[in-house]
Amino acid sequence: MTTPVQEGRPVATRPALLNHNLTASSGIGLGISMLWFSLLVLIPLAAVIATAAAGGWDEFWRTITNEQTSSAIKLTLKAAALVTLVNIVIGTAIAWVLVRDKFWGKGLLELIIDIPFALPTIVAGLVLLSLYGVNSPLGIEVANTGDSVFLAFLFVTLPFIVRMVQPVLEELDEDVEEAAASLGASRVTIFRRIILPSLAPAIAAGAALSFARAVGEYGSLVLLSGNLPFKSEVASVRILSAIENDNRAGAASIATLLLVISLLVIIVLDVVQRRVARRG
Amino acid sequence: MASRRQVRKGPFTYLLRLAVVTYLVLLVAWPVVLVVTHTFEGGTATLTGIFSDPDLVAALELSAYAAVIATAINTLFGVVVSLLLVRYEFPGKRIMSALIDLPLSVSPIVVGLALVLVYAGRDGWFGPTLEGWGFQIIFATPGIILATAFVSLPLVIREVVPVLQEIGTEQEQAASSLGASGWQTFWRITLPSIKWAVVYGVVLTLARSLGEFGAVKIVSGNFSGETRTTTLAVEEKYLNFDQQGAYALSFLLASVSVLSIIIVFGLRARGARVNETRSHSGAPVAELAPSEGRTS
Repeated sequence: MTTPVQEGRPVATRPALLNHNLTASSGIGLGISMLWFSLLVLIPLAAVIATAAAGGWDEFWRTITNEQTSSAIKLTLKAAALVTLVNIVIGTAIAWVLVRDKFWGKGLLELIIDIPFALPTIVAGLVLLSLYGVNSPLGIEVANTGDSVFLAFLFVTLPFIVRMVQPVLEELDEDVEEAAASLGASRVTIFRRIILPSLAPAIAAGAALSFARAVGEYGSLVLLSGNLPFKSEVASVRILSAIENDNRAGAASIATLLLVISLLVIIVLDVVQRRVARRG
Repeated sequence: MASRRQVRKGPFTYLLRLAVVTYLVLLVAWPVVLVVTHTFEGGTATLTGIFSDPDLVAALELSAYAAVIATAINTLFGVVVSLLLVRYEFPGKRIMSALIDLPLSVSPIVVGLALVLVYAGRDGWFGPTLEGWGFQIIFATPGIILATAFVSLPLVIREVVPVLQEIGTEQEQAASSLGASGWQTFWRITLPSIKWAVVYGVVLTLARSLGEFGAVKIVSGNFSGETRTTTLAVEEKYLNFDQQGAYALSFLLASVSVLSIIIVFGLRARGARVNETRSHSGAPVAELAPSEGRTS
């Protein structure tokens, strides 16, 4: 090679719009990919927001503050927040056990963690119904109650925090913990001062995904929650009934709200994550 | 490391282990086992009964067809986009890499609504035009494929991008400095090294595609024998008090899911081994900035 390898980032001398290193074939690839991505994802999502906006702010506000709809939205947000909190604790605990503990059958636990991810959501609902439905072998019957929403969210969001925290925990240097212990730090102090700060960004990222997933959940609730208005009806079910009543503007309004909430949570947690990463 | 850890095992370790195992058994393992036992309560008759019902066979075929097409599209798209994101610089790259993950956090119901608003034959943005050309999207198979492709879009990319970043560009540079064309470098160097990540992504995409429910429910119209997929058939069976049938279909779908997890597990273990031998033999090249990696 004749040209010396440059150190560091290349200096941007050309205007930003021309700053690329695409060849002819990769340029075509980019064009086709963007076209497909736009047709499949961007334009349809824009259509949702445009349809919601077409009715004006008053119409949007009236739709989402409708008694039944706002009750569904509140239930969804409450259950999603609660489930995310539970996941932060139990997800970190599961990741901890998977990485630091050693016992017979641990491989099976690894498999179990991924099941909620791979299982079709309608099947997930049926699965939960078999243990927590009518004639529950455990005597715990949550089907057709508000708790069923919480249970379904717990099931479908199980892997998010575990799978984010696990690799970070694996990389963590145990020597530091041992040094702290030999200097007299208690286990609680070690966990709070050494382990938790390193895990925080992963926990935050997993929590964001888990919340976003729960807010939009539908399939696992169909058979489990009974979709009772004011009791176990979630936001996505309200969207579906609006579509079925041919009220697309109404459906788009609630959908836009869900999109905005998911986006906000992801942005907020991304900021938190960056801040923690910088400090650590 | 393991022996060092054994020394510190206190009651807390066992309590935590017990709590985690109990939680997972109650939330996942027990319910899943119950579905299996429900399926075989009356012997294998309900399971074999699925294959003698023409509507259910049609549903299974439709699910498989849509999943295979959506996976093929997402694999091609995923590999191209991963290469673009890792190896090239272009305006809008940061926004693109942020937006690619979007489909994972959008509600399936919103996905269905979004596609209907654009592609509905009567009043969608593009629907009437496409219908004029003879393409029906919504309430037909293309709509099911679109919905399926939407929800599983980022899965291949999420697997391939980290591997591309890790392998770096040293070998690709060597190949092109020896006179290999862009295509030759791709087929002989890049593709073999991302092969397992792609396979892994494909398995995840297939599993996700087969199981899609909410988005498909909205775009398909759910006509029995025509646009009813397997997941929609589970709902229909259950609501029509055919619990046995619903359990049998669920068992079938769950088997595919569990099988795909096991395949992915095997691939991951294999990938970890390959990485280990690579890091012993070669120097890390991941630090190379993408713009320095190109020679043409």
